[in-house]
Amino acid sequence: MAKIETVDANLYYGDFHALKNISMKMEENTVTALIGPSGCGKSTYLRLFNRMNDLIDSTQISGQILVDSEDIYSKNINVDELRMKVGMVFQKPNPFPKSIFENVAYGLRVNGEKNKTYITDKVYESLRQAALWDEVSDKMNKSAFELSGGQQQRLCIARALAISPSVILMDEPASALDPISTAKIEELIHELKKQYTIVIVTHNMQQASRVSDFTGFFYLGELVEHGATAKIFTQPNNKQTENYITGRFG
Amino acid sequence: MTLERRKELERSKKRSEKIAFGTFRAMSLLVVGILFVILGFIIIKGISVISWDFITKMPEDGMTKGGIYPAIIGTFCLIGGSMIFSFPIGVLSGIYINEYASNGLVVRFIRLMTNNLAGIPSIVFGLFGMSLFVNTLGFGDSIIAGSLTLGLMTLPIVIRTTEEALKSVDNSFRQGSYALGATKLQTIRRVTLPIAYPNIITGLILSIGRVSGETAPILFTVAAYFLPKLPHSIFDQVMALPYHLYVLATSGTNIEESRPMAYGTALVLIMIVLFLNLIANALRKYFSKKVKMN
Amino acid sequence: MAKPFHKKLFEKIIEGILTLSGSITSLAVILIVIFLFKEGLGLFNQSPIAKGFVLVVNKNNPVNTLDAKSIKNIFDHEITNWKKVGGERDTIILFYLDDINSIYTEEQIGQNLENLPTLFSNLTDSISGIIAFIPKTYINSDFKGKVITTDNIKVSKFLSGKEWFPTAEPAAQVGILPLILGTLWVSIGAILLSLPLGLAVSIYLAEIAHPRVRNTFKPIIELLAGIPSVVYGFFGLVVIVPLIQSVFNLPVGETALAGSIILAIMALPTIITIAEDSIRTTPRSMKEASLALGASRWQTIYKIVIPYSISGITAAAILGIGRAIGETMAVLMVTGNAASIPHSFLEPVRTIPATIAAELGESSQGGMHYQALFILGSILFVITLIVNLTVEYISSKQKLAKR
Repeated sequence: MAKIETVDANLYYGDFHALKNISMKMEENTVTALIGPSGCGKSTYLRLFNRMNDLIDSTQISGQILVDSEDIYSKNINVDELRMKVGMVFQKPNPFPKSIFENVAYGLRVNGEKNKTYITDKVYESLRQAALWDEVSDKMNKSAFELSGGQQQRLCIARALAISPSVILMDEPASALDPISTAKIEELIHELKKQYTIVIVTHNMQQASRVSDFTGFFYLGELVEHGATAKIFTQPNNKQTENYITGRFG
Repeated sequence: MTLERRKELERSKKRSEKIAFGTFRAMSLLVVGILFVILGFIIIKGISVISWDFITKMPEDGMTKGGIYPAIIGTFCLIGGSMIFSFPIGVLSGIYINEYASNGLVVRFIRLMTNNLAGIPSIVFGLFGMSLFVNTLGFGDSIIAGSLTLGLMTLPIVIRTTEEALKSVDNSFRQGSYALGATKLQTIRRVTLPIAYPNIITGLILSIGRVSGETAPILFTVAAYFLPKLPHSIFDQVMALPYHLYVLATSGTNIEESRPMAYGTALVLIMIVLFLNLIANALRKYFSKKVKMN
Repeated sequence: MAKPFHKKLFEKIIEGILTLSGSITSLAVILIVIFLFKEGLGLFNQSPIAKGFVLVVNKNNPVNTLDAKSIKNIFDHEITNWKKVGGERDTIILFYLDDINSIYTEEQIGQNLENLPTLFSNLTDSISGIIAFIPKTYINSDFKGKVITTDNIKVSKFLSGKEWFPTAEPAAQVGILPLILGTLWVSIGAILLSLPLGLAVSIYLAEIAHPRVRNTFKPIIELLAGIPSVVYGFFGLVVIVPLIQSVFNLPVGETALAGSIILAIMALPTIITIAEDSIRTTPRSMKEASLALGASRWQTIYKIVIPYSISGITAAAILGIGRAIGETMAVLMVTGNAASIPHSFLEPVRTIPATIAAELGESSQGGMHYQALFILGSILFVITLIVNLTVEYISSKQKLAKR
């Protein structure tokens, strides 16, 4: 049973047809990379899974989007609960103007967790999982803005992990980072795969090939090709995919 | 956390969001409601007073009858006088800040001073105008003293709107002009200003609105309590609408009987302000369309 | 191809004019400072005794100096014995210039009042407890009484004095404490009313309302800012004042509360505009991150958006207070203008700007009253300067933090 599945997903921004009949499946404990040139719809597609597109007025969605076989756009779905299950890491590190500890604890607090020891344990655990613990264990109460860009992004990952999601969406998580920080994030993705289902949007072909098990290539709102990463990067079926991967356009 | 507790928490989250958003919406409606109450009240009370005679006749019978003609004329004199002073200087100043001043520190200082000037209470302008224009320069209570005081007060508005207008002109226009060998001055005159001037005009209209309503700065520099004749020179005193309203409302010879006159005056004042606001908005819309077309 | 000389000159001249215009606001601020203080500072070299008059006592009276407060109390019959002011036990006998007619006949005074100096001299000599308030011109070199000296008005007394009675005779009382407190009461009341309301509206407009609603509300709020203060004052006078009078069952409705309500309405546009602008600077990504963690929109607003824009909100509040402190006409019309220290919001109060507006017309140029009003103006100026600099500081810090 697929962890995430879309059947004929369409999305319109007003008159603009941003996603066209996308059908795709993602299995549990795998990493799926979404690639394609800017404006191809890959980020929009990613944001379907935690209903982030709801925030934009005049979006219309059709088709089925299933997480754990549940249609997440049906009436009886609680969006806040969905977002606890489907965590997200953004393009640029975006810590809150709070302490390191409070950043990670935020998701627990807004979801009503009051037990102090549970919160503390969970925060520490998440920081360890995000491979940040060693660097911040002695400055829990310092502002998150004092961290470097790479550390901030790992903090954002820890923040997403703290509410125990089963899916993690990553929207170009390393695009604003230096190579060393990027390597750390990629290493982290490998680790996290054991427990989570990960969908990652990236511009970086090497990154996609390094971290993902499956790859989907988007172009002009369509899913052009989708399959095992090894296959897509070595012998794509589609000419457009090949051109993009080999850097002949985009 | 149990499922029961989860559901309960979600419900309480929803509930507090509903309460908060409902409260905010209600408070916003209240604020808008206040405006309509004030406007509605003055319009309903004042509309029956307004007639052709009301705006073209002198006040009569201890200001309980007749019209407010001299106050209207006086206010127009002050608008004209203050604009002659503040508009050119303000625009030039805005041009200097945005186009000429290259030193960041100088610009910051000038901006700080402009903000300070804008924040000074109007009564302090009144004191200053009285001390400098009325007494030291010997203008006496006169249109010129009042206009200069009001002009000084509106300077920051003109400067700021000019600056904003110039800032919104894309740099590519300037570079295009320089590339053709135009000097800085030519560029400003033929390229930058023509693009920016609609917004500058909006600033001018807004400052006119301010001038027409201010009372405190003219109390001791120009405004006459009762003067049923028109001014002959810029060294004459005049009546002015806002001060006239104050007099009618608080210190007329017969406050109860002059109340209708007060409602009428308030309505005329508000109509002037509303009218200017409408024009400013309309201009802004009209010109923003025109610029987009280019 | 070189440009002709006269063209270069022309450009230089224009540049000079522009530079001059650029400095106009700085010049204006400096001029305002100079003129306010020039007119006002003379106050502290003034004696509180009315110009051209003196106070005289019997030459055996050990009292040499009296302060303005004691003089007022003596002439108000609140102090009736010299012992109270450091003299010997003796009843104080007040003597005004007009009293002379009831003691002496017109013949004795003389047709051209030529005998007055002698009569005053004798009078002060013969009555031991006398204190007389008479014109200086009647004091001759052979005057047998003693002229009382008074201290000049002191800054500390000016700031802490509890009585504002600048036209009082023989000694003017220029204590501005009641005016300062009146201003504070009205302004604080105004900000307590308008801050929650203004914040709610700005949050609603920036975060909750549909863009269409926002686009209708914004111009309406701008319009609120455009209404002249005298119209607000008039509205307050004919609607709010009677309302307060009947709701609280008061003898008069002109109270601090009326002033606060009107000022609150007037401060709303300032607060809303600045707070909304600041709230809208919260990065979208930060709000999305919060929502992605399962926070509701409301939780995102109060846990992320408000803390993030707190400095802008503070600036809005400070500017709102600044507006309220400086507002003149509306307050003048609705607060009742009683220059006494307020004890509740339901009492009449008098603010600094209202005092200037109401009294400058009656004061004579260069006189003590006139100077005192200019000092009040200077105080207002300094307050607004502090307000502006604080806001400037806050917003520059905010810009730094957001870089």
